[in-house]
Amino acid sequence: MTDTTTDAAVSAGDPVTEDGLPTYVADFLNTHDPATMPRIDFLRARFDAGLAWVHYPIGCGGLGLDAAAQSIVDAALEAAGAPDNAPHRNVIGLGMAAPTLLAHGTPEQQRQWLRPLWTGEEIWCQLFSEPAAGSDLASLGTKAVPDGTDWVVNGQKVWTSLAHEASWALLIARTDPTVPKHRGLTYFVCDMRSPGVDVRALRQLTGEAEFNEVFLDNVRVPDDNRLGEVGAGWKVTQSTLMNERVAIGAGAAPREGGPIGFLADLWRQDETYRTIGSFDKLVQLWVEAETMRLTTERLRQQAVAGTPGPEGSGSKLAYSLLAQRVSSLELDILGEQGLRFDDWSFRRPNLDDEHNRPAGYRFLRTKGNSIEGGTSEIMRNIISERILGLPSESRTDTTTPWNELPR
Amino acid sequence: MTTGIERPPTDLLYSEQEEFLRETVRDVLNKACDWTSVLALTESESAIDRALWRTLAVEVGGAALALPDDIGGAGATWRETAVVLEELGRSIAPVPYLGSAVVATIYAQEIGAGDLLANLATGETIAAVAVPAGAPWFRPLRQTVTVTDSTLTGTVASVADAAAADILLVPVGEDTYLVDPAAAGVRCTPVVSLDETRPLVDIEFNAAPAQRLEGTRPAGDATAAALRAGTALLASEQLGLAEHCLTATVEYLRVRRQFGRALGSYQALKHRLADLWVQINQARAAARYAADCLATGSDDLAVATAVAHSWCSEVALHAAEEYVQLHGGIGFTWEHPAHLYLKRAKSSTLMFGGPDVHRTHLTGLIDLPLPTLENI
Ligand SMILES: Cc1cc2nc3c(=O)[nH]c(=O)nc-3n(C[C@H](O)[C@H](O)[C@H](O)COP(=O)(O)OP(=O)(O)OC[C@H]3O[C@@H](n4cnc5c(N)ncnc54)[C@H](O)[C@@H]3O)c2cc1C
Repeated sequence: MTDTTTDAAVSAGDPVTEDGLPTYVADFLNTHDPATMPRIDFLRARFDAGLAWVHYPIGCGGLGLDAAAQSIVDAALEAAGAPDNAPHRNVIGLGMAAPTLLAHGTPEQQRQWLRPLWTGEEIWCQLFSEPAAGSDLASLGTKAVPDGTDWVVNGQKVWTSLAHEASWALLIARTDPTVPKHRGLTYFVCDMRSPGVDVRALRQLTGEAEFNEVFLDNVRVPDDNRLGEVGAGWKVTQSTLMNERVAIGAGAAPREGGPIGFLADLWRQDETYRTIGSFDKLVQLWVEAETMRLTTERLRQQAVAGTPGPEGSGSKLAYSLLAQRVSSLELDILGEQGLRFDDWSFRRPNLDDEHNRPAGYRFLRTKGNSIEGGTSEIMRNIISERILGLPSESRTDTTTPWNELPR
Repeated sequence: MTTGIERPPTDLLYSEQEEFLRETVRDVLNKACDWTSVLALTESESAIDRALWRTLAVEVGGAALALPDDIGGAGATWRETAVVLEELGRSIAPVPYLGSAVVATIYAQEIGAGDLLANLATGETIAAVAVPAGAPWFRPLRQTVTVTDSTLTGTVASVADAAAADILLVPVGEDTYLVDPAAAGVRCTPVVSLDETRPLVDIEFNAAPAQRLEGTRPAGDATAAALRAGTALLASEQLGLAEHCLTATVEYLRVRRQFGRALGSYQALKHRLADLWVQINQARAAARYAADCLATGSDDLAVATAVAHSWCSEVALHAAEEYVQLHGGIGFTWEHPAHLYLKRAKSSTLMFGGPDVHRTHLTGLIDLPLPTLENI
């Protein structure tokens, strides 16, 4: 376990305001030289100074400021040549675990987990989906049974991204099978190094294994690792899922920042790629990508520090469909070159591989975008029911106890 | 070049004042602009709703929101004007707001016509720039009017928002002429327009008396700036229109029952509306960005305008088409507002050059070169 003391700089003294932030960052850089400090020490100090995510509370890596102020910090640190926390390595930790811990964790839990999460010393994964419970996540069957101050967990999870690298997992399990499915769930943080956790690589259509099957065999999880009340796991899960949608959909900040950048650059590279039909499609997709960028920016401005609403589902849906069409056109433009792939070997991917792999890889990987984190169909259900207020499909599974549901 | 760089943060949300203005305008429109009166007006002789114009432009002060207060404006910005347009689009109000309070006002501002601006600011004067409704801002106008001894001769076809104009601003070469449409030698012939809520006229000048305006900028530049602003803000009107179509359809599908259940519970329909909602959400971001670029004089205005026009045009049309389709038989009747929205939506996509022309223009701005035939 890493040292978790908080730097006196933020816990004492006057609160840092947005106006005072540039000076505060400059002072921090004066006392912490990224050129001479070891990377991890610098990252820990940055967290302790509240400069990790400035909209988080003091003591949790933030200063309680407006999220928009983060750009001031990032720009100054980048200019000073400071190391980053390799955010692509810990997407689930940063995008989903952190906001969930912030909203539902106790102060002790936040102190234990947030710092090594942010610095990237500890990678997180999400033990949600099961072979028989994907879109219908609340029907899951992994059991957690109390035993002294622990819970004993048994079950099988699947499609678990990063389980092979993770130290910690967000886990939902059934703690009461006798009540309707949404009410019998409890949310835990599971130590992936516990005895009984068995991670097996699961090969995906890109050839590699980014995700896994995870078997949980009498895994002991201390009750101290529970997030939220017993039986209130679905509520905590909702907050993780909404953050997940924002994390997936809110990627491309600068213009031409997402997959459209690869495509536009390809078009500029060589005039032999340019045809009339592709031209029209390219420009339409460029416009769409730009409206997506602005929508994401709007969502960011709207959300500031609050919990994301169902609107994130819109970005997630639009982002995945756009990414798929863009990468498909990229292959069309490449023509014969697009017929060639680089590597089908069964291996663990580098998570920023998109930039180093051929267009065919992007074509294939983006197919996952409309499935991971809730499928496009589920996103549409959420938008039409929770945003537009249309009636839900008639269903019986919400009132019947879980153990009486047909399976 | 504008690609690849991170733009300075733009406020894409609505301010409290903007929301307050929206409520005021919406109140006015709820009281004075229900769709049956819009329909009745399109079937009458008059082209615009003068009483509504008076309330909006004169009493609420909507005519000159973005003009400085020392000449009688409200000292707000084009962002607020965009909010008014959203509400006008929502109720397809038959008032020449886009043509007079945006295009003609910006034109007058560009050429530095101070007295005219002051008149426009009060809302008492309605002005129109005599250019074809389909003219894009970046293409020089075809010259169809000539000047002899301070009189104009020639025709300008399909001018939008000119039917009720008190003043015509006529760009001829690099000069601007002020013409009274009631003068001898001017004939404004109403056209049967696809969108009768934004009627077109053909203007014919036959040795019409005209006053040359001493401008500070050439007419070509003023026309370009005015049309660009019109295009940028039309996106907000299109957004409002699309939102109405979605809201009305959602409400209908919640109550309309077939096969023993509310139609809105069928996933095939829900998913279509969810997709539309997503598109409208993107339209809002694009329209807000264009309005903000216009308000702040951003050097990204040309890109923002092309993006907003091409996206919002198509989304508004899609919304209006869903509005008709998902209302079934009633949506196809004259007795339902959907057709008014459909006609406005389709016509708007043909205004100012249209999405395809704007996308092609855009490729020059963002360096995506056109294909050359030799390579194919
Ligand atoms: C790349 C990748 C990474 C992933 N990483 C993780 C992870 O880290 N942790 C984790 O827990 N899970 C992860 N998942 C799993 C993912 O969340 C599920 O695959 C997803 O929620 C869909 O569930 P399912 O696969 O069981 O499909 P199903 O639910 O069986 O759906 C099959 C099809 O039916 C459609 N469908 C289902 N229900 C409805 C409905 N009510 N209405 C209309 N259509 C419906 C779906 O949209 C889909 O098209 C990952 C998946 C992928 C592809």
